[in-house]
Amino acid sequence: MAQRTRSERAERIRHLLETEGPAIHAQASASNDRRKETYGGTDDLEALRTDARAIKEDAIERLPELIETVRAAVEANGGTVYVADDAADANAYVADVVRNEADAADTADASGTTGDADAPSVVKSKSMTTEEIDLNEGLEAAGIDVTETDLGEWVLQVADDTPSHIVGPAMHLDRGQIADLFNERFDPDEPFDTAEELTRFARDHLGEIITEADVGITGANFVVAESGTITLITNEGNARKCAVTPDTHVAIAGVEKLIPTLSDLEPFVDLIAKSATGQPISQYVTMLSPPTDSPTLDFESPDEPITGDGNGAADGPGNSDRDFHLVLLDNGRTDMREDDQLRETLYCIRCGACSNSCANFQSVGGHGFGGETYSGGIATGWEAGVHGQDSAAEFNDLCTGCTRCVDACPVKIDIPWINTVVRDRINRSGDAESYDFLVDGLTPDEEAGGIDPGKRFFGNIGTVAKAASATAPVSNWLADAGPVRAALEHALGIDRRRDLPTFRQESLVDWFEERGGPDASSRRAARAARDGGAEIDREVVLYPDVYTNYVDTERGKAAVRTLEALGVPVRVPDLPESGRAALSQGMIATADRQASRLFAALAEDLDAGQDVVVIEPSDLAAMHREYERLLPEQSFDRLQESSYEICEYVYGLLENGAEPSALSTGDGSEPVAYHSHCQQRTLDLEAPTVAVLERCGYAPESSSAECCGMAGSFGYKQEYYELSMDVGERLATQVEDAETVVASGTSCGDQLEALLEREVPHPIELLAPGHSRR
Amino acid sequence: MTVDTIGRFERALEGLEVEFERVAAADASERIDAVADAPAVGAALPYEGVSLPEAVTIEPTTAELEAARTGVTPVGFAIAEYGSVAVESTADGAEPIALYPDRHVAVVPESDVVPNLSAGFDRLADGFDAGRDSVVFATGRSATADMGDLVHGVHGPGEVHVIVLEDR
Ligand code: SF4
Repeated sequence: MAQRTRSERAERIRHLLETEGPAIHAQASASNDRRKETYGGTDDLEALRTDARAIKEDAIERLPELIETVRAAVEANGGTVYVADDAADANAYVADVVRNEADAADTADASGTTGDADAPSVVKSKSMTTEEIDLNEGLEAAGIDVTETDLGEWVLQVADDTPSHIVGPAMHLDRGQIADLFNERFDPDEPFDTAEELTRFARDHLGEIITEADVGITGANFVVAESGTITLITNEGNARKCAVTPDTHVAIAGVEKLIPTLSDLEPFVDLIAKSATGQPISQYVTMLSPPTDSPTLDFESPDEPITGDGNGAADGPGNSDRDFHLVLLDNGRTDMREDDQLRETLYCIRCGACSNSCANFQSVGGHGFGGETYSGGIATGWEAGVHGQDSAAEFNDLCTGCTRCVDACPVKIDIPWINTVVRDRINRSGDAESYDFLVDGLTPDEEAGGIDPGKRFFGNIGTVAKAASATAPVSNWLADAGPVRAALEHALGIDRRRDLPTFRQESLVDWFEERGGPDASSRRAARAARDGGAEIDREVVLYPDVYTNYVDTERGKAAVRTLEALGVPVRVPDLPESGRAALSQGMIATADRQASRLFAALAEDLDAGQDVVVIEPSDLAAMHREYERLLPEQSFDRLQESSYEICEYVYGLLENGAEPSALSTGDGSEPVAYHSHCQQRTLDLEAPTVAVLERCGYAPESSSAECCGMAGSFGYKQEYYELSMDVGERLATQVEDAETVVASGTSCGDQLEALLEREVPHPIELLAPGHSRR
Repeated sequence: MTVDTIGRFERALEGLEVEFERVAAADASERIDAVADAPAVGAALPYEGVSLPEAVTIEPTTAELEAARTGVTPVGFAIAEYGSVAVESTADGAEPIALYPDRHVAVVPESDVVPNLSAGFDRLADGFDAGRDSVVFATGRSATADMGDLVHGVHGPGEVHVIVLEDR
């Protein structure tokens, strides 16, 4: 594989951060904010998403049958359906259609009106599917002129550039850049300046080309099989013009765009604009069952009525002058359909919400976070499916698994899981590397050789941490030493600008045993209950995640003290890793084994009705999300039902009569900036922390940044350090003015501490009894 | 049809910066004449007692279509919730007439304004059964942000005016 090296990647990302990042961030984050607002105002959003998802599942299941249905429907209307195996097949077919149509037009001209034998011409509306097959290049090679009519696509055509976003293809260019480009290229009398002037020029220029074109090509957002109806969702109106003006219309769509019936279209029409741009509905939802009754427009015969010789509906279905071809593209989709992990990708309606909601995407755009054609979170699935794993491998690591896109996706695709699966497959396709010996002793994983040693190191971080803790403080001194940092950077790709975690000699588990273990905890809890607490008959197993146990033991101790003060006895047993670290490196086999071990270790406690409380949100997210794929259903359900995030649990205790006065409370107005963890938000667990802080006399203000940019190991990696800081700075700017800043995730806390240069504790540390103001 | 639905339609159109008025069928021709800036082209209105004013050219030539400032068309129905009008692809050219000129005047009987998208899809399905199977839900004015700022009137109309026939 000709993959970029670490420093080449770092260089490329740095370049994009400077050049395209600002324009992308401005637009993508604005769309994301509008999307959130519109989602929030849509009462039946969840029902719509569930419906849309079910329709897609059903349609992909029945795909071969739907292809036959649509073929019959389109043919009955008088059109043609062609199923193209791959890009070359599709391009050759379309080139044939265009040449035949142009020849026919020339012949007609020669025998009568104004003959011209110019190159055949095509006008196109925006379509990612035609980008996927490089249709423009294919047609141009066949001597056909192609003009993009979507303004964004046309800008790119003029600039000889590629889309940086699946919905806003020219998002990386700002108005000034477009004006410069157009002034240079078209040399107007008065230089273009405003968006208004640029748009007016484009409208006139393209309008003329449309009226002269031989063939109009569109994509299709959806194809209704039963009626042969193609649906085009646009805001500009160019797709309508391309479809209706020339007498030949070619629509090109991936086979996955088929849905069974007209009524199946409704939830998608309702959702797609909301998820894409936050509009309630797009300007033009065009549903055409071509050939349509609309008269063709022959601008070369300006004095003919458009209704012409009455070739309208009287002739039967559709206007008989019209010709329609539906090209259904396979190009790997049949194989994706049979791939249990990639199949979900085919449910994608390409709204771009996963790109907009992604902090990394907002920083670098689709030229960094994208492959040959597709960009953003779901691009990994598309690229792996249609262009192959190598294209996906180029950018797959940019998905940190933050899961913010999961809430955004209108068809509920588990986009992070697709990224994890493809990462796993990429890991397995590598050659064994020479640094394996470095991590061999530290990597009791289930992975075959060949995986990047840095990934292997972070994927096995639990073992690393245990060893480091056992040898602390020597391990910490060593890790800080210059030559060691250089070696870590060289071999494992750990950026030397990052502070490494300081491992504690005494782990949380050891501390807990040292202070008397479960017996002492029961006594403390009983005393607190007697001294004025409520009768709360619960027992907690506090999960000692790797970071809490070996690095950030303070938040673990704070959790223990808080629970006891509220009358709940705690145990902190030595439990296996959750598999989160392995998952984030794409080491699914390792995660699978760890999930089983952890469940086995907890099974007895779960049976005994104990509650599992988790501090690190990413570990809880593994239990609540990924374990569904790793554990038997019953085990998953049992663990999910009985496990809680620490502040969520405290919230429950307060709701059930426990008194906030047992904790460290504020004066009612003490401002606290709070950054919830990305995965915690996806679990809908930001609100309980905010509520607890409020109940305890603080005035929390939540950040709106989607992610801190650190995302576990991501920010440590040399090639991503600057991207991680770019994302982190946006968050830091939001919270820096607050005197107290708290964050739920270890990564978030580390990142903020690095940027703000002060302590950023977990909220539970603020709340724990005996907390002294810093 | 409830008054409420029309109120909702009006509010949605207001948010989209689309002009709206309710008129009696008997006055429609005059009102259309007043809002259809010349030159105007149109597709015949199929509503009893309502006809296009003289100044609106029906069955236009392509030259007239290209030169027109206004296009007047009937619409199959309208969806109050989103302020959408359903432009049907008919043999007399309603779709290009609604699309090419910079100003679209859409005429819809009050009884054809449905409350929400669901009801719109019911109407759509009825139309499909009757052979009217090419329809555009047009909502507001054509728009783009591709040139770096939001601009209206790109390929489609930059002005839209909806006339509701209150007694039809
Ligand atoms: S994966 Fe979901 S959010 Fe992303 S583009 Fe596809 S439909 Fe939209």
